[in-house]
Amino acid sequence: MSFVTVRDIWQSYGDRSIIERVNLDVDEGEFVSIVGASGCGKSTFLRLLLAQERPTRGEIRIDGGAPAVEPNLERGVVFQRYSVFPHLTVRENLVAGIGFSTRSGYLFGNTRKQALKAADEMLSRIGLNHVADQYPASLSGGMQQRLAIGQAMAAKPRVLLLDEPFGALDPGTRLQMHEFLLELRDETNMTVFMVTHDLDEGFKLGDRVLVFDKPRWDPHDPGAYGATVTYDFDARDGGMPFQNLLEKYPTLAAN
Amino acid sequence: MRLINRIPSKPTGILLAALPFILVLLAYSIASEIRLAANPQDKLLPAISTIWDTATRLFTEQDRRSGDILLWLDTWASLWRLLLGVGISAFISLIFGMAIGLLPIARAGLSSFVAVLSMVPPLALLPILFIVFGLGEVSKVVLIVIGITPFMTRDLSQRVLDIPAEQLIKAQTIGASSGVIALRVALPQILPRLISNVRLSLGSAWLFLIAAEAVASDVGLGYRIFLVRRYLAMDVILTYVVWITLLAFMIDWALKTLSRKSFPWMEAGL
Repeated sequence: MSFVTVRDIWQSYGDRSIIERVNLDVDEGEFVSIVGASGCGKSTFLRLLLAQERPTRGEIRIDGGAPAVEPNLERGVVFQRYSVFPHLTVRENLVAGIGFSTRSGYLFGNTRKQALKAADEMLSRIGLNHVADQYPASLSGGMQQRLAIGQAMAAKPRVLLLDEPFGALDPGTRLQMHEFLLELRDETNMTVFMVTHDLDEGFKLGDRVLVFDKPRWDPHDPGAYGATVTYDFDARDGGMPFQNLLEKYPTLAAN
Repeated sequence: MRLINRIPSKPTGILLAALPFILVLLAYSIASEIRLAANPQDKLLPAISTIWDTATRLFTEQDRRSGDILLWLDTWASLWRLLLGVGISAFISLIFGMAIGLLPIARAGLSSFVAVLSMVPPLALLPILFIVFGLGEVSKVVLIVIGITPFMTRDLSQRVLDIPAEQLIKAQTIGASSGVIALRVALPQILPRLISNVRLSLGSAWLFLIAAEAVASDVGLGYRIFLVRRYLAMDVILTYVVWITLLAFMIDWALKTLSRKSFPWMEAGL
């Protein structure tokens, strides 16, 4: 049984089909990059994973659980922008990642102390110690995205969803963010889905790269058919999956 | 250099800011001078020195009958009505604005109702208010509330809708309930908007207050102005007008300062 199970997903808005017949099995700890042209439905697919929208047909399950009807604690998310709360300081944003799930949204006494401690640990992990008491508006784009990832991780989601998280960053910062994300992955072994425009980024970070495209195309009615997963690359070992085949199955070696 | 690129230096800027005030004062004193030269008994444009004397008398001398200083009595009465009216409006509009902005069910039920309500001319309702609530304090406060609440509610609900959807989704993914989202995500971001909203509504609030006081009252700034109109006491009227302007300006300034002090995360836009 796979960790994230996507079964026969269709999504259409009115007559316009966006996604059709998507089936997917993702193991725990896999990093899945999703690429494709603009308007090919990859963001829609991420919204379906997030349960921000519900599919017209089919279902998505995490660890065999019931299909979600709204975003919940199982799914963490980082958008391209607006992922952190502007009225909270950096530290408060991280505490919010832990404390918003309580009844009042505030933490008291011992739990608050623990949350502050966890927030400080996360602060040093994402390298934002020196700006802990500043507001997000005074941070650079890269720092804001690091904070957004830290905040999502603080809530301990089972699946992390990234919607073009580095799309608004300059190339240098983007490379730093890649390093940061790879380190974070090594430490936590999270299951991640990342939508990106950048093929190199997808192959560099992902274990798998999914390509969304429309297999059927009606020139008289472009909205008639939706996109699906047309390629499913194994991106491990630099995108050459069979180079270690002999180590795995020594019996295949020619004598 | 193009005109749009010519920025005044600091002293020039201050001078330019003061210029309109000086010009108005100058124009007034010249006109008053001319009229008083023709007829020393003229009451329409009293000399600035006369207004100053009247103002000092109004601010310091007690009324011979009651022993109170009427101007202060009027000021407190009017400010109390204004505070009550604007406070109640702010509270109602905050609750309904948040509900309409956050809850699709409330939005479906209320938004067109509020839109229609904000088109009702409040002053036309004044007779009804006098009939229903009597001539006392209630009708004046209610007029202010009716006058500014629908507009404030519409604006605040729009501000709630302007909060990026990403933030609301993010809050849900870290486990926030609707209540927590309202209290910890929407409310703190709406409060500065509420204050700027109150600042905008104060102009209308004063208008409604003075209108209500003019029609039926026994104390208040608007009442006094319309009372002394019968005696053509321009010096008193002008003193009151300047005083009301000053009060409005100070309230606005206080709210602006409060907003800047309380919401350091809002870098711009106030």
